[in-house]
Amino acid sequence: MKILVCISHVPDTTAKINFSPDNKEFLSSGVTYILNPYDEIALSKAVDLASANNGTVTVIHVGDAGSEPTIRKALAIGANDAVRINAVPRDAQFVSKQIAAYVKQNPFDMILCGRESSDHNSSSVPVMIAERLDIPCVLFAKSLTIDNGNASIESEIQGGKEVLSVPMPFVAGASEGMAEWKIPNMRGIMSARTKPLLVVEAVDAAVHSGIHHFEKPAPRSAVKLIDPENAGTLFEVLRSEKKVI
Amino acid sequence: MSVLVYIENIEGNFRKPSFEIISFGFALAQKLNLPLVALSIGKVSDDELKLAGKYGASRVLNAGNEKLSVLSEEAYASVIAQAAKQEDAKVIIMSSSFAGKSIAPRVAVKLDASIGENVVDLPETGGSFIIRKGAFSGKAFAFVELLSDVKVLSVMPNSYKVVENPVQPELSVFEPQLRDEDFRIKVLEVKRATDKVSLPDAELVVSAGRGLKGPENWGMIEELAEVLGAATACSKPVSDSGWRPHSEHVGQTGIAISPNLYIAVGISGAIQHLAGVSNSKVIVVVNKDPEAPFFKAADYGIVGDAFEVIPKLIEAAKAFKASQN
Repeated sequence: MKILVCISHVPDTTAKINFSPDNKEFLSSGVTYILNPYDEIALSKAVDLASANNGTVTVIHVGDAGSEPTIRKALAIGANDAVRINAVPRDAQFVSKQIAAYVKQNPFDMILCGRESSDHNSSSVPVMIAERLDIPCVLFAKSLTIDNGNASIESEIQGGKEVLSVPMPFVAGASEGMAEWKIPNMRGIMSARTKPLLVVEAVDAAVHSGIHHFEKPAPRSAVKLIDPENAGTLFEVLRSEKKVI
Repeated sequence: MSVLVYIENIEGNFRKPSFEIISFGFALAQKLNLPLVALSIGKVSDDELKLAGKYGASRVLNAGNEKLSVLSEEAYASVIAQAAKQEDAKVIIMSSSFAGKSIAPRVAVKLDASIGENVVDLPETGGSFIIRKGAFSGKAFAFVELLSDVKVLSVMPNSYKVVENPVQPELSVFEPQLRDEDFRIKVLEVKRATDKVSLPDAELVVSAGRGLKGPENWGMIEELAEVLGAATACSKPVSDSGWRPHSEHVGQTGIAISPNLYIAVGISGAIQHLAGVSNSKVIVVVNKDPEAPFFKAADYGIVGDAFEVIPKLIEAAKAFKASQN
């Protein structure tokens, strides 16, 4: 079983977010970058599935050489090898086209992604990869088991969940709870240094969108404290001051 | 040319997020001076379809083919793309619900379109087409310019108000081409809790954290939510400990919500939690620790023990509700 895991390289979840004075660019100096947390769940799941099914895990990333530490982290967690498509990721159409082009040349039984990245939060890349490869996708997968070449996937839907039978190959998006987080051990970290990391050049792809500017949310005004003895007045206050109830 | 909205139904009924989408679509269509067409997929009665007219859709396409009665994201994306071509749609809009997020990117690829996800405002359309969306897990907004001739938007639930613009809609049957390949996924089982308020599009949310000490104490949270007609949610440590299901976890790695009112009980307010809830219109924090960081991000705060405060809130909520009726 060949599993591909798509990873992105994102600011640490505790990082302070700052922009250039014209708000056109995210300022990355002083920001630690990490493996996108959802992708880490996908990778943990892939490593489990590969060890249970005699499979291999390849991670793929679209980015410049600056993201190699994140790729090495994925190798330390347990991926067998890695592919970096050497291009600045422009938008979801662009990134999905790069990954789909690679997969068309190098087929996989399963492609796992995080259900979203913690920087753009768009959730488009996994679905677009599936569309470009004309294969099924379950974006909000909660659990995934393999039986006789079919996957059984529990998927989140509005107001509940559904159980799906999905033929391979497919794309699935990982959410929390799909796998236990894996912490790389010393052996993993050592071996990650020598695992293969293939760099391939990008294919031509049109850019469909671009960041115009960023904005930080307006700060909230100072908190109004309500006396716990009269906690019950809360709803009257919410009605008269905010009209939200 | 037109603006096309895809409106989701749940078991044959449209719900508030669908009316938000039509209202959003109507306002955008007015800005662009284009007609608004609504598309429904699956089995929906004519009376229900006509509801789309109440919010401004002048035409309603009904893809009611029996094969489409169960959601297949692949087939639905194909139907939407075919409808968009037939109607020469310049903008295709849907909800950024679980289904919408799984369908919109496929439609964008099929139409070689720009995509704007999780849109929270009407786009700017003077010259450039610029959408506003959440980024960095709620810590910022990104304004994204969509460059292609055709645009696909997914709009965040609760970010656009339902506005009535009544017209008599023309209903027409839409018969798309369907491929067997688009029904590869077999739905074995659907489990829907119809008696509970769904969290992603809830207007009111009551959430609790480790301050509640254990899963056996959630009864009062559920009661408060029920009285208010709110959805329940929780913090990450709570779902990690198995006290509550992961589907209730709001925050950076859980779901991001934008309700009108978010009541957080016994949650300290770590940056990862705030990321998922900072788009709430009003935040109320109940915590016995006056130094809890969440108070800095709240509109109202009650410094007190949840076990004393919540029963008071339940009584007050009951009285409040009774006074409203």
